[in-house]
Amino acid sequence: MSALVLAEHDNNAIRSATLNTISAAAKVDADVHVLVAGKGCDGAAKAAAQIPGVKKVLKADDARYDHQLAEPVAALLATVGKNYAAILAPADTFGKNVLPRAAALLDVAQISDIIAVVSSDTFVRPIYAGNAMATVQSGDKIKVITVRTTGFPAAATTGGSATIEALAAAADPGVSNFVKQELSKSERPELTSAKVIVSGGRGMQSGDNFKKVLEPLADVLGAAVGASRAAVDSGFVPNDFQVGQTGKIVAPELYIAVGISGAIQHLAGMKDSKVIVAINKDEEAPIFQVADFGIVGDLFKLVPELEAELKRRAAK
Amino acid sequence: MKVLVAVKRVVDANVKVRVKADKTGVELANIKMAMNPFCEIAVEEAVRLKEKGKATEIVAVSMGPQSCQETIRTALAMGADRGVHVKTDAELQPLAVAKMLKAIVEAEKPGLVILGKQAIDNDCNQTGQMLAGLLGWPQGTFASKIDIGDGKIDVTREIDGGLETVSLKAPALVTTDLRLNEPRYASLPNIMKAKKKPIEEKTPEALGVDVTPRLKTLKVEEPPKRKGGVKVASIQELVDKLKAEAGVIQ
Ligand SMILES: Cc1cc2nc3c(=O)[nH]c(=O)nc-3n(C[C@H](O)[C@H](O)[C@H](O)COP(=O)(O)OP(=O)(O)OC[C@H]3O[C@@H](n4cnc5c(N)ncnc54)[C@H](O)[C@@H]3O)c2cc1C
Ligand SMILES: Nc1ncnc2c1ncn2[C@@H]1O[C@H](COP(=O)(O)O)[C@@H](O)[C@H]1O
Repeated sequence: MSALVLAEHDNNAIRSATLNTISAAAKVDADVHVLVAGKGCDGAAKAAAQIPGVKKVLKADDARYDHQLAEPVAALLATVGKNYAAILAPADTFGKNVLPRAAALLDVAQISDIIAVVSSDTFVRPIYAGNAMATVQSGDKIKVITVRTTGFPAAATTGGSATIEALAAAADPGVSNFVKQELSKSERPELTSAKVIVSGGRGMQSGDNFKKVLEPLADVLGAAVGASRAAVDSGFVPNDFQVGQTGKIVAPELYIAVGISGAIQHLAGMKDSKVIVAINKDEEAPIFQVADFGIVGDLFKLVPELEAELKRRAAK
Repeated sequence: MKVLVAVKRVVDANVKVRVKADKTGVELANIKMAMNPFCEIAVEEAVRLKEKGKATEIVAVSMGPQSCQETIRTALAMGADRGVHVKTDAELQPLAVAKMLKAIVEAEKPGLVILGKQAIDNDCNQTGQMLAGLLGWPQGTFASKIDIGDGKIDVTREIDGGLETVSLKAPALVTTDLRLNEPRYASLPNIMKAKKKPIEEKTPEALGVDVTPRLKTLKVEEPPKRKGGVKVASIQELVDKLKAEAGVIQ
């Protein structure tokens, strides 16, 4: 039997979350196949074929898979997935949307957000905002799994030579239509794969301050910018900046939390970062309990000071 | 249009749970419980649709032990019209919940079903998508805006790159994200009124659903603890430490 990874892609390239998912899939079953469903997705299929460890790429190229809506893609997975031991996708908004629907169509449970593979039927996943780790065993014949990308290394993107097989499209339920996407544009690294993240919270006070105070620091560090829910809810930054239990899960080399108190829901999204720095004026703020290095004081003074100090040292 | 909402009773979001010493689960004795925050948003959205004249009746469904009736009462106090309680002490996993909801949806025939995107206890984020799949209905997950049109429902979804809008053929299923609305507090008169609203009791057997768990929890453990860090006195010291000790900046 084999494991099937549902690729997240833009028809030309494979998104990085899929690379981590492939590493997880290889631990479940050595024979990894990748499903690329899209419209005009030849480029993505070819890219998938070059990932070492991928044995076969299934390409479903059809108008109904344009925008990869859950209804047609889950229907496709319910057909091709029947012969696999496991079906995996990243536990991001793409995988979370499609995979549970496919699991239900296959009449199997889904194992959400795994961080480790114990054996081909046993997995570790966080529950209660990461305050507990559950080891669960699936009794189903097909293991449908979403993968927390921070739990697995990214597979390489070159060196492989998988065969590409064209798939016929599956029946389309035809009940949904794509209308539009409004994507945030940024020159910065993507939050979930960035090496350094500078995150702001309610303490930032405004979106303007994100631009004037936080972004220059992110520029010096080549960092992505993240935020707490409070900052997003207050309209300082768009929703896709949110880090946490119900936002994005990140684990960069360096996470700098600025004006963030450290609620459990926020910690759930960043406490696996290698090094955490906290800047907060309240010395009792819970963020200091997880921070490797904390500094108590006013962020409007400290952040520009940090930026200047980094620049000064870089110039030497 | 009838709207059906599913509300789950969970450990209150402000409680930091502890793992049981025998590693069989988390400590739930004498812990504050509440309606799952995403379900509150689902109820609020349904009530707003009714206030705008788009919904005619709101049915709130909860599944689990007797105490779930308190959660249904909360939904009724917020403005739902009646409740359905599927009573069981069995462990319920998302696929079983979705199958039971399907049976209830087939009996109630709502035009819109709203669920939370995620239960904050198991953090599964599955049930709505499963239910939509079982019903063959379209799904608008992680919704931050719902527009009811003629025979269709437009949903703005929070996705990793920003926002996406999909148009769903009614009847449809929606799961809520945090920014869909801000749930109201029930007023005292409405809490009193809610006591008189009907709650119908059902069982998994009566719905014809086998709820046997598909996943077995072998053990539940504490996550690895981060060691307590240090406070630094100045930015100079911070940068020195980041370079020398942590090695995370050049
Ligand atoms: C179901 C649910 C899901 C949630 N999901 C998430 C999630 O995914 N992500 C998330 O982040 N939250 C989430 N939350 C919200 C979470 O509980 C907190 O409310 C939120 O994280 C608080 O954000 P904050 O730390 O920015 O704000 P606050 O808690 O208000 O903290 C602001 C901090 O800024 C500091 N500060 C203020 N001014 C300054 C200054 N001038 N200089 C230095 N420091 C200053 C203050 O001392 C304070 O510590 C969720 C909540 C619920 C109920
Ligand atoms: N036992 C339950 N009773 C009622 N609704 C539930 C139950 N379990 C899950 N749900 C619904 O499904 C949503 C998502 O839950 P989950 O898939 O477990 O994360 C919740 O927000 C509820 O709307």
